[in-house]
This record gives sequence, structure tokens and C-alpha cells, in this order.
Amino acid sequence: MSEILRVEHLMKVYGNGVMANKDINFTAEKGEIHAICGENGAGKSTLMKMLYGIEQPSEGDIYVKGEKVHLTSSAKAIEHSIGMVHQHFMLVPSLTVAENVVLGVEPKRGIKFDAKEAVRLTEEIAQKYNLSVPAKEKVENISVGLKQRVEIIKALLKGAEILILDEPTTVLTPQETEELFVELKHLRDEGHTILFISHKLYEVKKLCDRVTVMRGGRMIATKNVSEVSEADISRMMVGRDVVEVIEKDRAVPGDTVLKLSGVTCVNSSGRKLLDNVSLNVRKGVILGLAGVEGNGQHELLEAIAGIEKLTAGTIQFHGRDITNDSIRARREAGVSHIPEDRMAEGTAKKFSITNNILAGRQRNPRYTGKVLFKMKEIRAEADTLVREYQVKCSGREQEIGMLSGGNIQKVVVAREFSAGPEVILVDQPTRGIDIGAATFIRNRLVQLRDEGKAILVNSADLNEVLGLSDSLAVFHNGRITGYFEDTSALTEEELGLYMLGIKKQTAEEIEEKFHG
Amino acid sequence: MNEVLELVFSTSFAFSVLRLTTPILLAALASVISERAGIGNITMEGTMLISAFMGVVVSAYTGSAWLGFLGGVVIGGLTGWLLSYIIFKLQVNDILAGIAINLIGSGGTVFLLFALTGVRGISTSLSSKVMPSIDIPFIRDIPILGEILSGHNIITYLSFVTVIVIWFLLFKTALGLRIRSVGENPDAAKSVGVNVYKTKSIALTIAGVLSGMGGVYMSMGYVSWFAKDLTAGRGWIGIAAAAMSGMHPVGAMVASVFFGIADAAANTLQTINLPSQLVLMIPYVVTLIAMCVYAYFRLQRKKKLARKKA
Repeated sequence: MSEILRVEHLMKVYGNGVMANKDINFTAEKGEIHAICGENGAGKSTLMKMLYGIEQPSEGDIYVKGEKVHLTSSAKAIEHSIGMVHQHFMLVPSLTVAENVVLGVEPKRGIKFDAKEAVRLTEEIAQKYNLSVPAKEKVENISVGLKQRVEIIKALLKGAEILILDEPTTVLTPQETEELFVELKHLRDEGHTILFISHKLYEVKKLCDRVTVMRGGRMIATKNVSEVSEADISRMMVGRDVVEVIEKDRAVPGDTVLKLSGVTCVNSSGRKLLDNVSLNVRKGVILGLAGVEGNGQHELLEAIAGIEKLTAGTIQFHGRDITNDSIRARREAGVSHIPEDRMAEGTAKKFSITNNILAGRQRNPRYTGKVLFKMKEIRAEADTLVREYQVKCSGREQEIGMLSGGNIQKVVVAREFSAGPEVILVDQPTRGIDIGAATFIRNRLVQLRDEGKAILVNSADLNEVLGLSDSLAVFHNGRITGYFEDTSALTEEELGLYMLGIKKQTAEEIEEKFHG
Repeated sequence: MNEVLELVFSTSFAFSVLRLTTPILLAALASVISERAGIGNITMEGTMLISAFMGVVVSAYTGSAWLGFLGGVVIGGLTGWLLSYIIFKLQVNDILAGIAINLIGSGGTVFLLFALTGVRGISTSLSSKVMPSIDIPFIRDIPILGEILSGHNIITYLSFVTVIVIWFLLFKTALGLRIRSVGENPDAAKSVGVNVYKTKSIALTIAGVLSGMGGVYMSMGYVSWFAKDLTAGRGWIGIAAAAMSGMHPVGAMVASVFFGIADAAANTLQTINLPSQLVLMIPYVVTLIAMCVYAYFRLQRKKKLARKKA
């Protein structure tokens, strides 16, 4: 085997200062299926985008067949025989399969687009690699599995020798996945190199030759798949780097405030985002929601906040059914929510700090008279919060978009924490912010817990979830796979197994912990 | 009533339908190609005015109708390209950019007309030329049909040929494939190395050329002068026709003929004893009603599809 792709000291820092990749080194051989594993946020996507010319590395070099390349656009990547199958298909629905395949390199006869030649080219590749597709059918009429095949053919037609597949099986049925694996192995045997991005470890075990694990933007290790177990890979994926200790006393659990029974949410395409989730949340406890991103933790918080509508199940707040209450009613009853995305949902970018703090309280008689706002009260409150939460700004009238991420998050947190909540829903409390602000927010959460608030925390940062939480619910595929009343005895390895759905507690086991 | 029927079922009425369809059709085709490229282009009215004015000025100063035609079409194409530059390079919202160009078309032409001639309303002091009308051999000798189809301005014939050209361009050439793909899924086009900006820019330039032809027709065929707001909303009606066409050139032709009939009716019925204000409303009222009916049926079809899927 010979090396076809080599990456040296690759680093990517985004415009907003987020370092997504740090010192990445790895090589792919000709004729291998190479898995890239890592949790969401581990930096896989950034790496792939750099390899396909969508993003440019801040530092480091990429070599294809020993030659140093500058991939400034997808067209450049294609030129260097790199192809990509995106997670969200890059197809034009109203065009035929053949038209989609040749788009960008259309065959012509005179001034005419040669539709026959397009079909012939498509069928030729389909036959060669055993990837049969209906070349003349419109893409909007074919199945998801076929669409993926079209994407692969598209890349092959453009001469791809290195094929990047970004979580290709998430959209496929088990049968389609089987077929895909057969096709990919066939491609490998023909001498193609496949980079298979996934966090489904059994698929990696089944399909791949080597595996590279990423975590926190770094490369952890490259191993031969035959020499490692799923548990080994999972340990590398979720292992902690540096344990930052969050100082806190033992929780003193109070009464149950929030009771979820059989909560189920289905999205518009019929997928279950939450599947029969039951939980009790008690006063004075931080309940962590752990899981690989996209397994229902975020949706659960939105369901409690009233943003995500339930298809089945109930939510009780102080014994009162609030399942059908509006978001406003829930907030007024004492549910606070730190949303996942502070810019899109947490703040209005062009508004001042004052107005952002006022948002949601505009009907509160403390701040609003019969007609006009009580500006004096509002300003006093804004000043107090800016001081109390140490928001670094030129003053309360500064546009919030001008602040740093950490300070914007502090404003959101200040608004939500000071609204007198009993339940606080916290979604990605410290994502992408500096350590100082992060520590401040975490300490604040512990303080609120000690004051007897019930807190739910979802975070992509596993350290944070483990460090903050008194109890822990682990999610996989919209279900709770494990519930731990006390997190201190839980090992990372075990947690990883629950997160990946390898290990599961039964519904009875979980139920017992609530009542036992 | 008899009088009305006589007017409508005459060869001269059918002749004037084709005459009035021409500018609407060209605007509609411009809208079709823009929409196919995924751009909300509303500049047809303004572009037509700019080209109509340019055609008159160039033909008056050169003494050549064809150079006037060329001038009008080129300025139309440039306007289309300018729109793409404003939208994609300067990142301005397409509707706002469109409004700006329409205002320039309406106000700028009057300003330049005044600067050139000292008259605000009309360009009769410029001895501009008119594009030739053509008698088609054989066809002109066919009874009835000959009277309807022969003897039109050359741009009228060109406009119907353009339907085929645009259809061929969109559905039979590589450029058309790219235009449709950047309109429907620009990310997909970009990911295979298609230059999205360039493709959209070409589409808008072609749209500008088509509007330009429509504009030149108005000032150098339909009438022989330029006047303030000469196009009288035909660019907008063209957009309505395109919206009803399913963004297909042949559909656009059918819809344009329909609006051409309304326009011709307004012209013809002025000769009988009806209040002219009412009669002149016809094309616009018909557009409004047609859009409502069309929107209703499209909604029904969408609902049906949704039900089928569920």
C-alpha cells in the first residue's frame, strides 16, 4: 500500500476565534477505508471541509500523492481527485440523475448539452462500480439510498480517488446501509481510498481498515480496526483531557418540581426526536443530560420550554399539567431557558444590553406602566445585572452584538437567572466562550442549585456535564439509556458505552431509581 | 353588444393582440430566466424604459433603426449585468436593487430626455427611426390568417422566435442546466465547481437583453417616439405572466397572449361608447384577477400533493 493523502500540522481557527482543529497529522493509504471518529464538535467536519476546499487551513499542509496542494475551492479539490459525499445531499431535485452526475463537466455536442452522452457516462460508471441507478429518472423521485449512490457516482465521474463520506448512514435504512457497505468495499478493492466519518462504532468495526479518533479538535490516535474494540474507540472518543474541578458541596435534593412522563416528539419527516422519555427533576439538583449531540438532549429542553411540541406524553410542573401551556405561560410560572444559540435565540443582536434584558419582561408591571415603559426601573435593573454578572461593556446601552461571546452569554444568563425561576433549562451554557466567563457561569449554576433551584444542563462538553451534574440522564436515539442518581461512581468508559447505545438500562431499572 | 363582438372577432383585433403581446412576452421571458436562476428580478419595467429611450436616442443620432435597436438591447444587457453586480458583489437585497433600477428607468429617462431636447413629456423633436415591419411571402396571401400574421414589426416575430431560443437555452444546453441548478440548489452547483455568481450574472444579463428588446419595441415599433412611462406597466404584467407560466417559456407565451388580448380589448373598446377610464383599467384588472385565480389553483394543487404525501 502507498500513501495517497497526508496532512501535516493542520490547524484551523475560525474568524470568531474558535479553534476547531489543532495540529492534525494523519495519512490515508491507497485502497483503504479509513474511519474518522469523534463526537460532534470534535473537529471532523472542519477537517473534511479543509480537505474538500470549502475551508482553508490557518496553518499546516495537505499533500495528495506526495505533492503539496492548496485546496482553495471545491473545484481545486476535485482537480486533485478528492470527492465528497455530503451529509445533506448536494443534488438538484428537478434534474435527472444523469444531469446531476455531469453537472459541472457537462458533455456537449456543438452548442447542445449531450443528454445521451450524460446517460451513457452515468451508466458506464454505474456498471463499472456496481452502483446501479436509474439515469433518466428525476432525482426528486428516487429514494434516499439511491440519492447517495448518485452522489458517489458524481464524485467518481470527476475522477475522485479519495472519497470523503460524511456520516453517510444517518439517513439510510439498515438494508441500504448494508448495500452501501458492499459498494464501498468494492470501491476500495478497485483502489479507491475512502474516508468514512462516523460515530457509529459498530459500523466502523464492520467496514473500516483503520480508524483515526479526534477529540476536542485534536487527533488522538490512528489504529488498525482489527486491533481495537468498540469500547477502546469509545474511550478515546469521550475520554477527558484535563479535568477541571467545579467546586461544590453534595446536593440536598428537595421535592420534585418537574415530572415528565412518556414525552415523545416527532419531527416533520416522522423521525422520533424524543421517544417515551420519563424523568423527575428535583429542587436543589443539577441534572445533566449526556449524549452524543443530536440524540434528544436539546429537544428535551425545548420540549420543557414549550418550543418543541409533544406528540405524546405529559409535563407536570408542581403537579400541574403544563403540556399545552404556551411558552409565555411557562416562563411566567418560573421556567427559565438558556437557549443553545445565544445569537439566534438568546439575544437580538442590534439591541442594547438594556433592551435584551427587558425582552420577555415587557409585560411585567414592575417595568411597564399603563402605556409607557418605566425606563428608570429598567435602567436600574440593567445596571444591577451588568455589575452583578461582571459584563464587560462600555455601558448598558451598548449594542449587544459588539460584545464578546462570553459577555453576550453573561447577559443571557443574567436575564434568565434573575427572572426568579424555579426550573432552569441550560443548553450549551459555555459553548465557545472564554474560560473566565465559563467558570463564572458554572459557579453561578452551582450557587442557584444551593438556593434550591432545579437545573437541567445539556452540554457538548462532557467535562462540563460530568463536573456540574449531581444526577445524570444519558441519551441515545431520543431515549434515556441510563440514569444515574449519583454521578460520582460513574466511569467515563461506562458513560461512553451508554452514550453510544452499546449498554442500556431497562425502563424498569430507570423507573425504580425515581421512586426508590 | 353586437358592436363589441364585431370588434373582437375581427382580423384587426387578432392582429393587435399579437402586437400587444410582444412587449409582455419579452418581459415574461426575462422573468422566466431570472427565476430559473433563482433571482427575484423585478427590473423589467425599468429596463424596458431605459432601452426604449436609448433606442430612440441612438437611432435619432445615427439615423439607423438597427443601431438604435442594438443600442437599446446592449443597454438592457448592461442593466441586467449591473443588477447582478449590485445583488451579488455589493450584497444588496434583490427587490431593493430592482426598485432602484425601476426608479432610474422611470425618472432617469425623463431627466435625460429633458436634458437632450428641453421637453419633458415626449421625444417627438428627435427624428428617431422605427424598426421595419415585414410582410411574409405566401402567408400574407392566405385569407384571414395572412391579415393576422403578416405585416408585423420585426421585433414581434423575434419575440416569438425568442420563446424557442430561451426554451432551447434552458433545457437543451449546458448553460441552461447550470442556470437551473444554481437556481434550485446553489450549494450543489458550487460543490461541483460551477461558478454560481457567473452563472446567475449571465442569466440576468440575458434577462436584460430580453427586456431591452421589449423596450425598443415599445419606442421603435409599437409607437415611434419615447414618452414618460411609455411601457405603462407592461414589464410588471410580464412578471405576472411568468408567474403563471410555471416558469416555462411556452407557458409564458400562452400567458402573455392572454394578457395581450386584455390589452387589445382595452384599445379596441375605446372606440365605442364606454367610459374610457373603465376600459383602460381592463389589462390591469385582468392581471389582478388572473393572479388570484392562478394562486388559488396552485394552493389547491399544493394541498392535494400534501395530502397525497401524508
